[in-house]
Amino acid sequence: MKVLVAMSGGVDSSVAAAELKASGHEVVGVTMRLWGGESDTGCCSVSDVDDARRVAQQLGIDHLVFNFSEDFNTHVVNPYIDAHVAGFTPNPCIECNRHLKFDRLSERARLLGFDAIATGHHARIERDDNSTLRIARAHDEAKDQSYVVHMLDQVELGYTMFPVGHLTKTQVRQRAEELGLRTAAKPDSQDVCFISRTGGREAFLGKRIPFRSAQVVHEDGTLVGEIDALELVTVGQRKGLGLPGGGPKQYVVDVDTPNARVIIGDESRLMCAGFAVNNVAWSDLGDSSRLSKFNDVMVQSSAHGQASPATIEFVGESNDSVRVNWLSSQRRIAPGQSVVFYDATNRYVIGGGIAAN
Amino acid sequence: MLTYLDHAATTPMRPEAIEAMMPYLDGVYANPSGSHRFARQARQAIDEARDTVAEALGCKAGEVIFTSGGTEGDNSAVLGAVRKRGGVAVCSAAEHHAVLHCVEHLHGRVVHVNTLGSIDLDSLSTTLAAANNEDPIAVVSVMAVNNEVGTITPLTEVAKVVRKLAPNALLHTDAVQAACWFDLREVSKLVDVMTLSAHKFGGPKGMGIMMTHLGHELEPLILGGGQERDRRSGTHNVAGIIASATALRITDVTRQAEVERISKLRDRLVDDVCAAIPNVLETVPRENRVAGIAHLCIKGCESEAILYLLDEADVCASAASACASGAMEPSHVLQAMGVDKEWSMGALRFSLGHTTTDLDIDRAIEALSESVHKLRR
Repeated sequence: MKVLVAMSGGVDSSVAAAELKASGHEVVGVTMRLWGGESDTGCCSVSDVDDARRVAQQLGIDHLVFNFSEDFNTHVVNPYIDAHVAGFTPNPCIECNRHLKFDRLSERARLLGFDAIATGHHARIERDDNSTLRIARAHDEAKDQSYVVHMLDQVELGYTMFPVGHLTKTQVRQRAEELGLRTAAKPDSQDVCFISRTGGREAFLGKRIPFRSAQVVHEDGTLVGEIDALELVTVGQRKGLGLPGGGPKQYVVDVDTPNARVIIGDESRLMCAGFAVNNVAWSDLGDSSRLSKFNDVMVQSSAHGQASPATIEFVGESNDSVRVNWLSSQRRIAPGQSVVFYDATNRYVIGGGIAAN
Repeated sequence: MLTYLDHAATTPMRPEAIEAMMPYLDGVYANPSGSHRFARQARQAIDEARDTVAEALGCKAGEVIFTSGGTEGDNSAVLGAVRKRGGVAVCSAAEHHAVLHCVEHLHGRVVHVNTLGSIDLDSLSTTLAAANNEDPIAVVSVMAVNNEVGTITPLTEVAKVVRKLAPNALLHTDAVQAACWFDLREVSKLVDVMTLSAHKFGGPKGMGIMMTHLGHELEPLILGGGQERDRRSGTHNVAGIIASATALRITDVTRQAEVERISKLRDRLVDDVCAAIPNVLETVPRENRVAGIAHLCIKGCESEAILYLLDEADVCASAASACASGAMEPSHVLQAMGVDKEWSMGALRFSLGHTTTDLDIDRAIEALSESVHKLRR
């Protein structure tokens, strides 16, 4: 097959390209230029492009650079800013996967005559007894990234390959070392590429939106303080609220954006029995009609968090809004976070969406 | 077989230039600034090369400065003029980044271009007339030929405006894309400073030529051993200088015939592409453009995708300039010209040169038709 592999300049995508080449595919590497502004996080930078290009040269494959920075601004950066204004805590890396890697890039790849695209994500694609494609958790459970690629539907799954999903991270690094790839010992990228390590989210948003000051109010209505930037507050947050010490730990249990109020309470008040999820994408459109089969689901609400058992019920007519009911109550999920549903074995992705307010 | 239609990016070296430089790589390796007979041998070769260049540029030998390339020349002209004289730098919005970024760095003034991509003379007049004694114009930099779309600047008109409204300003032209198409004697007499890049006319990369008319000194960019009459320090690139002079001489003597030959190839390329593919815009009318450049905008396609498919078909072309990562940047030239985004996103530049043949044109037409057909499906 002719495969276009997205090479970020990291070790996983380097080895993904190497694996594909070794299995006899015709491989072309591509690095997407996404963020045009300042960056110090070591993601999407010119030096990463250098690494990707050098690895491609070492593997003897062509390397391209596609400039998708405008799409990145439209689909990732601007919504990230808007979400903070609206009181949400977005996950930009997931939106980048949804709109850039598995939409813009795969669309370009199809136009250019490629049979598939590949990335270095730690996840697997398996075909079940009904010939339905499923995203399975990675062989290396600690590095599993099925959460961040949960939005892929049957069409995209049929066009996508994850060549390192069956390897552990240690094995990936070993392969890279055996091949003498310069990315073999490169640390994993942890951060959002357009948020600098030095300034963080505050500096990034501060340059782009005016922060609103807000009152910090206890659940019982007592005013306990004031903060400068409502937009930086997340449900579940404990630090940075300027609260006096002593007494039971206090958490943000709600952000009242219209009234510029942050509601705090003790940990027990953070617990909830369920919550609504919107913008749900299903791995298989048949899932919504076959949902009874998945009624016992495992729900994960952060990239490296544990999944917990729950049931799902549909809200309204459409199949893209659901309510998650935990079997035992869990901490509240910050609105805007991605929520991913796995089957009862906690192995296969069924779908996922965005936690509602 | 490769179909190379990216001569404006770089053109193959002239075989005569390669032959001329070889003895200075493995034989006469001396540093020409030395004081022995071996050094004098190298020195003589440079002096002769300088005479050759002066002849082709219509200037005095003492007005020729050898540099490391077009970017150094452009930087030296803009930064050097402002550092020497104080005041403001002015350029057009469609200049090469080697000029534009210098002017922006100095907080200078960037003048509009018209829809052809050529500096708007009314805007230039307004800008120059608005300058006062406290903020005089130090340098006006206007390219002779645009590197992306190939537009020819009416330099005679520009010079008239500059001489009238800013008589004390230096007039610099980036003539990097003009060398193959214009008698440089006609250009050099209009301006004070002119920049050339050797690899655009069959010389080696890493070599440039700057002409600075006497009496219009610039503050040197590079300080050191005082080579090039203290105007550009650094040990001479002897082989590069010899090759550049040879390439320029050959370009000069073959120019007229080549312009005629290449114009015909270029016209056929554009005519056939426009006939074969609907919705193609010839960005600049032929009468305003040099012979070697065919710049097209192809509706409903993206440059990166077109270039990939052409590359797959062994056809080398380009779009706008690339950034440090190698990604295509949206063209500041097309933006300045006011080309609609639905057209400019499909920008494509074929540039022809001394090795271009009829077969290259046939193959480019075929490959482009097939690529666009695929992308528009």
